[in-house]
Amino acid sequence: MALLDIANLEASYGPVQALRGVSLSVAEGSIVALLGANGAGKTTVLKSISGVVVPERGSIVFAGAAISGLYPDRIVTAGISHVPEGRETFTARTVQENLTLGSWPRQDRGAIAADLDRVFELFPILRDRRTQRAGQLSGGQQQMLAISRALMARPKLMLLDEPSLGLAPLLVREIFAVIANLRQDGMTILLVEQNANMALEVADYGYIMETGRIVMEDRADVLRGNPTVQEFYLGIAGAAEAGPRRYKRRKQW
Amino acid sequence: MIRAIWRPACSIVLIEFLQQLVSGAAAGCVYAMVALGFVLIFKATGIVNFAQGELMMVGAFFGLTCVDIFHLPYWIGAILAVAAMAVFGMLLNRVLLRPLAGQSTLAIIMVTLGMSILLRASASVIWGPETVAFDSPFSRKSVTLAGLVLSQEHVAIIVATSLLVAGLFGFFRFTRIGIAMQATSENQLAAYYMGIPVRSIHALTWGIGAATAGIAGIMLAPVAFVHVNMGYLGLKAFPAAVLGGFGSIPGAIVGGLIIGIAESLAVLYLPEGFNNVAAYILLLLVLTLRPEGLFGVHTARRV
Ligand SMILES: Nc1ncnc2c1ncn2[C@@H]1O[C@H](COP(=O)(O)OP(=O)(O)OP(=O)(O)O)[C@@H](O)[C@H]1O
Ligand SMILES: [Mg+2]
Repeated sequence: MALLDIANLEASYGPVQALRGVSLSVAEGSIVALLGANGAGKTTVLKSISGVVVPERGSIVFAGAAISGLYPDRIVTAGISHVPEGRETFTARTVQENLTLGSWPRQDRGAIAADLDRVFELFPILRDRRTQRAGQLSGGQQQMLAISRALMARPKLMLLDEPSLGLAPLLVREIFAVIANLRQDGMTILLVEQNANMALEVADYGYIMETGRIVMEDRADVLRGNPTVQEFYLGIAGAAEAGPRRYKRRKQW
Repeated sequence: MIRAIWRPACSIVLIEFLQQLVSGAAAGCVYAMVALGFVLIFKATGIVNFAQGELMMVGAFFGLTCVDIFHLPYWIGAILAVAAMAVFGMLLNRVLLRPLAGQSTLAIIMVTLGMSILLRASASVIWGPETVAFDSPFSRKSVTLAGLVLSQEHVAIIVATSLLVAGLFGFFRFTRIGIAMQATSENQLAAYYMGIPVRSIHALTWGIGAATAGIAGIMLAPVAFVHVNMGYLGLKAFPAAVLGGFGSIPGAIVGGLIIGIAESLAVLYLPEGFNNVAAYILLLLVLTLRPEGLFGVHTARRV
């Protein structure tokens, strides 16, 4: 059984229905990519998992327990950490305080200190800036802080929402290397990305969303070979136009 | 020869000034405590609590009940009353405010205004509309300090406020939960993502906010008597908070002190009646010169 199982999830913001029956699952130890255009509902899926959005229908089962509708603090304690879109660091608090706040659900003092060192090894710049306010970090450094802060909770499952957004190519590669490394260490990751290329490279499995629904799912390598995905998500021009009606660009699902 | 005449005259003026300064600072401490709770609640929950002055009044009545009605020793009674206020604040949050989460600011303001009326009415039913004296161990005693004759009451208020402010500072600066409270006020969404129990943090904030108001009431009681309408004095906490830069805790404390001292010096140096409006004149002045308040963060915004 998968670590995370979502079935027929529906969620709305007032009159706007953002999710129209989403089902997906994330196997333990895998990286699953969730792709889709702006406004498809990817962030809403992650927010429903972490309890910030309360879904209207459907079920979310994590490690065998139903977590749908629980308060966010219960969900973090259960072992899910969310690195939100836009980083959401505590800009007025120091880097170290941000990291300590990340370890909020834990009681094991000694292990927390050890994890702090591990995080500093992962992103040495954070060690140098530990007494600075998070607001003084660059966007990329804040993203490192956001990921590190989530790691401090020692989650079983990490939800990453567009970790590469707005970063320079070199930094994007560094972040993805960290994501791949985390998987090596046994972390399970649900990854939302605009950068479909990089995402499908590290991921084992992928889902593609459109207006609140999953429209396609497959192994990551299969998705990368799919002409429609290439055309609309990987930016390979002409890939889906190989058919007879070249003039009519249509997604084929 | 000239000196001999001049000197005592000078020291009388100076002593008068200093004594007035100390009594003003004592009043300012009370305003500061009310403003502090007000700002704490506003920063953590976004709620403008117009009943903060009434919480002060309830605190004074709780103190009075413990000490003069149940005949507990003063300090035990006072501590019990403050603890009861903390519980009372959490109860108000749970029963009246938490259910309103997500409602419009206006709706919430109406609720806190209604809460202030409700508290005044209930107090008048429970304790009666009379003005009651509530002495502390310092009442009607004076202390001589470097030639100044000061009311022990005033000195006690200043000392107690200083200790409390230092304690709160340490709490917010160094404890895990204090830091979590500040982080939650800064970015509630991020606090949720960290697994910080935001609702418990709000409850705790209401507890602390009501307890500080209660302390203000108990400190004020021996100086100004206890009565149902003493909460109107809490209206001074509002300019104090704004003066300091709405949302700044050090600002609320300094704002409270400035208003207390200004009022008190106005009694001495300005025509009668000015002391009542000194707070607002000062507020207008500061806001004209520095719209973000003394400690507020200046945010450049084009309108
Ligand atoms: N707070 C909100 N209030 C109202 N509508 C919202 C809110 N957040 C999202 N929506 C709507 O819900 C839908 C899904 O939004 P969501 O943020 O989940 O998309 P997304 O796939 O994460 O997009 P992006 O790639 O731009 O981050 C969109 O139509 C959006 O307009
Ligand atoms: Mg999004």
